[in-house]
Amino acid sequence: MGEGTTMHITIDGNRYEVGGETTVLEVALAHGIPIPTLCHDPYLSNSGACRICLVELEESGQLVTSCNEAVTDGLVVRTDTERVIAARRDMLDLMLSDHYLDCITCEATGACELQDLAYQYDMEDSTFGSPKERRHEKMAANPFIEFDRDKCILCGKCIRVDREVQCSFAIDFAERGFGTTVTASLGEDLGGEHSTCVFCGQCVDACPTAALTFKPSIRRGRDYQLRPVTTVCPYCGVGCQLTLKLDDSTRSVVRVAGARRENSPNPAGQTCVKGRFAHEFISHPDRLTVPLIREGSGFREATWDEALDHVAGKLTEVVAEHGADSVGGLSSARCTNEENYLMQKFMRAVIGTNNVDHCARLCHASTVAGLGSAFGSGAMTNSLDDLAEADAIFVIGSNPTENHPVIGSMIKAAQAAGSKLVVADPRWIELSEIADVAVQQRPGSDVALINGMIHVILRDGLEDQEFLRERTENFDAIRDIVADYTPQRVAEITGISAEDIEAAAHIYGGADRASMYFAMGITQHHTGTDNVLALANLAMLTGNVGRPGTGVNPLRGQNNVQGACDMGALPNVYPGYQPVTDEAARSKFSEAWGTPLPGEPGLTIVEMLKAAGSDIRALYIMGENPFLSDPDQNHVVKALESLDFLVVQDIFLTETAEFADVIFPAASFAEKDGTFTNTERRVQRVQFALPAPGEAKGDGEILSLLARRMGHEIGGYAFEDVLEEVRSLTPSYAGIAPERLHLGLQWPCPSLDHPGTKILHTEGFARGRGRFHPTVHMPAAEAPDEEYDFVLMTGRMLYHYHTGTMTRRSTAINEREPRAYVEINQEDARRLGVTDEGRVEVASRRGTVTTWARVGLTVPPGHLFMPFHYAESPANRLTDTVLDPVAKIPELKVSAVKIRAVQD
Amino acid sequence: MSPPTAVSSGAYGTFEASDPGVLIPLMQATQEEFGYLPRPEVARIADYLGLSEARVYGVATFYNQFRLEPLGKNYIQICSGTACHVKGAAEIFSVLRAELGLDDASTTKDGLFTIDSVACLGACSMAPLVNVNGEFHGHMTAQKALKLVRDIRAKERKGA
Repeated sequence: MGEGTTMHITIDGNRYEVGGETTVLEVALAHGIPIPTLCHDPYLSNSGACRICLVELEESGQLVTSCNEAVTDGLVVRTDTERVIAARRDMLDLMLSDHYLDCITCEATGACELQDLAYQYDMEDSTFGSPKERRHEKMAANPFIEFDRDKCILCGKCIRVDREVQCSFAIDFAERGFGTTVTASLGEDLGGEHSTCVFCGQCVDACPTAALTFKPSIRRGRDYQLRPVTTVCPYCGVGCQLTLKLDDSTRSVVRVAGARRENSPNPAGQTCVKGRFAHEFISHPDRLTVPLIREGSGFREATWDEALDHVAGKLTEVVAEHGADSVGGLSSARCTNEENYLMQKFMRAVIGTNNVDHCARLCHASTVAGLGSAFGSGAMTNSLDDLAEADAIFVIGSNPTENHPVIGSMIKAAQAAGSKLVVADPRWIELSEIADVAVQQRPGSDVALINGMIHVILRDGLEDQEFLRERTENFDAIRDIVADYTPQRVAEITGISAEDIEAAAHIYGGADRASMYFAMGITQHHTGTDNVLALANLAMLTGNVGRPGTGVNPLRGQNNVQGACDMGALPNVYPGYQPVTDEAARSKFSEAWGTPLPGEPGLTIVEMLKAAGSDIRALYIMGENPFLSDPDQNHVVKALESLDFLVVQDIFLTETAEFADVIFPAASFAEKDGTFTNTERRVQRVQFALPAPGEAKGDGEILSLLARRMGHEIGGYAFEDVLEEVRSLTPSYAGIAPERLHLGLQWPCPSLDHPGTKILHTEGFARGRGRFHPTVHMPAAEAPDEEYDFVLMTGRMLYHYHTGTMTRRSTAINEREPRAYVEINQEDARRLGVTDEGRVEVASRRGTVTTWARVGLTVPPGHLFMPFHYAESPANRLTDTVLDPVAKIPELKVSAVKIRAVQD
Repeated sequence: MSPPTAVSSGAYGTFEASDPGVLIPLMQATQEEFGYLPRPEVARIADYLGLSEARVYGVATFYNQFRLEPLGKNYIQICSGTACHVKGAAEIFSVLRAELGLDDASTTKDGLFTIDSVACLGACSMAPLVNVNGEFHGHMTAQKALKLVRDIRAKERKGA
């Protein structure tokens, strides 16, 4: 039966009309007819394993599982006969005969689906006798998930969610008959040597009993004792909806459930290990709870009045003495849209400077610049819900399974369902394993690779001529340039074989719908803007913009880095990317804010730090930690030391805050209302869950109090009021009103009746026609030489986040991944006498770091990779501040270094 | 794709990579070569066929024919089919396990013996039946079975 065919089904005497393929269970549940299930999940395939959803077919008298009984026209079903009830009781009886009934101490009590059914069907015990003693030891050698085989009913939901949603393929059934069990590879623990488990915890969410439990929350409260609040994850830019389960008596998050909501990036309740397990920081004793003022080499506690007066006085003094442009502000991709809006408003309207920037400078500034020029908008063009529609997916310079894990799983699922996958990354990443073509370009050779693919596509006639003609301009400017990028020449530059370059081009160029995903591997180069422009050229050439399953999709790194950019926490634009140099925009904001505004673009992050002590005298840092996140740490230290005045507003006393003159204690994401905008431009509601510790205040409130002391009202006590102001001044957010936030609207959303925009550039490009920009290969700024003979790349890894202030305060995560490391190829390791887990020293022209080696095949010979999360082994002590000339993003992906083994 | 320096899969000969349908023949061939399925081979088979290790392990443990531990030098099967069971196979099995000091494991620490209780071997007229290294011994008693084992052990000692 196809879509649109109307059928009729009779359930318990009532006739229902059904359109298209469906099951008896789906129809029954849709009409509120109760049928119990234990193994069913609407997001997973049907297995019929638990047999509890039995119903009776009137015609044949058969008992069938309603979850996989397809509806046929005229079917007559009964869900409530004595036979059905007796059969369900038999099923329960069998399950209970193999189930350790320790409900009185069981973690799942009150939230156990088996217990609920036993209650409903009044079964105290199995007629066969339930086991009264444990038969299997619990398995919990890992810090995250405990497996209790005595509670497993073999419904298989955990296996299906692992296989179909998470795509880690970590667990399966093993053994047979009564001995059947769920196990990781070779019967090991989930954390075992052969296990591919990444501890997303979705199997625990799926488990109907206490067979799978979150280990850190054991004995800390049953579900009915905890208060649920659904909000947005504070980690990466995917912006997953999470339900925090809160214990108010300890002001803490006990555990986290994936939230299943429509209009969200993770409708099946997907999460990763960080979103699931890294919330201990909220109630950590290290949280800042009172304002601190520098006294000698330390700090003393102060009242808000004193601290605010002090900062207001000092900032006013610096402005009076050195001018408004001697003050700089770093806004925060971790804070809400409303707080970012207030920060840039504070800098522009109260201080009077455009010197406001944030860490987007260090991640996607080149994307914003490149896609802005090519398309007219710097954001991800498509949505996550159309990812699966791509015939081909091209991932370049992005490691989604570690950095955007939920998107990584979506890509794996799309590949398993038949999408072709091309992966280009200097490292051999997890996605390389399953790719149809995986190449390892030399760091800094992306333009050559992309131009080479364009060359092959043109040579073999795979371009979309109609799209070129109707939708784009300036194509002729690149034709001659790419002619030089023959596969042979590109092979020499990139180190990739000519055959692989051709194969990659054929997959991408030959697909009807091809999408591309990229991240820091593309942007963090001195050629970052060119890299992005080259990708835009490739997409336009093949007509892969503006349709589902296509697009140029930068994966934004932080929970609200998209929003911080949208809110104008950038030196050259107001909210909604309205240029500060534009007369009309400036007078609009000037009028709304009731004060004249400066018309010259301000300084970027790296420029502010370079000018510290000379042109920049005071810095106001909200929720950033440049000591660890910015390039060339020794330089950052000198910059922070040479300031006349430094204010840091944060949730912890970060390495950067150590340099501050005043520290304001701020509220974390769980302690505020507001909105975050995720990587797909979706504006989502952040919910107040817990009161802030001590006297800590929301970032917006702090800015507001400070502004008042400096004689200005900027608003800021209620997020709704700020969002209304944003709406009134920002056309792309005009329809995103507080009362519409449940819709998960994606900007542009220009009016209150607008449904939001899932795909950009569907009709025309934001700038009219898409514009081709010629790009040529330029080698990385710092080439390896005889002394510094390795290329160092920096980045992130799955378990930790950014500068580690949050994830490293999670006991479970730190137990799993406590140490900094550098990846080195096994050939180099052998030659240099470096052993796996051995101590090594890595040095660049700018500094030296000691860390531990991870020897393997992830990086090719001559290359190293270091995550930058670790204060004790800071990767950014080694990196260079050479900038992309357009976007001013530093080249964090290529530094020349040397490495040697050292004694412990 | 595999990283450029991964081990070559040439030894797998005629088995089509990425065809999960050859999983069982490939495991059989591997067991033929090693006498059992060594753990690294389970991983290698999974990698070769593009299956998860958990899946390969699941199949390997589902079928009785596969073993993840090497067999002892002498392989003793005690039939526990209906006829043998009625005629006292369980006693033979427990006496032999006690003699060989086996608790949970089925192979002795010195690797000399593996004993298994198996379903019907198809010679019910000789019940109870014990199969030692492929040779049937019928009408067994616990005493006779003990002697069989002790004789083998004595012979092994002499040989050693």
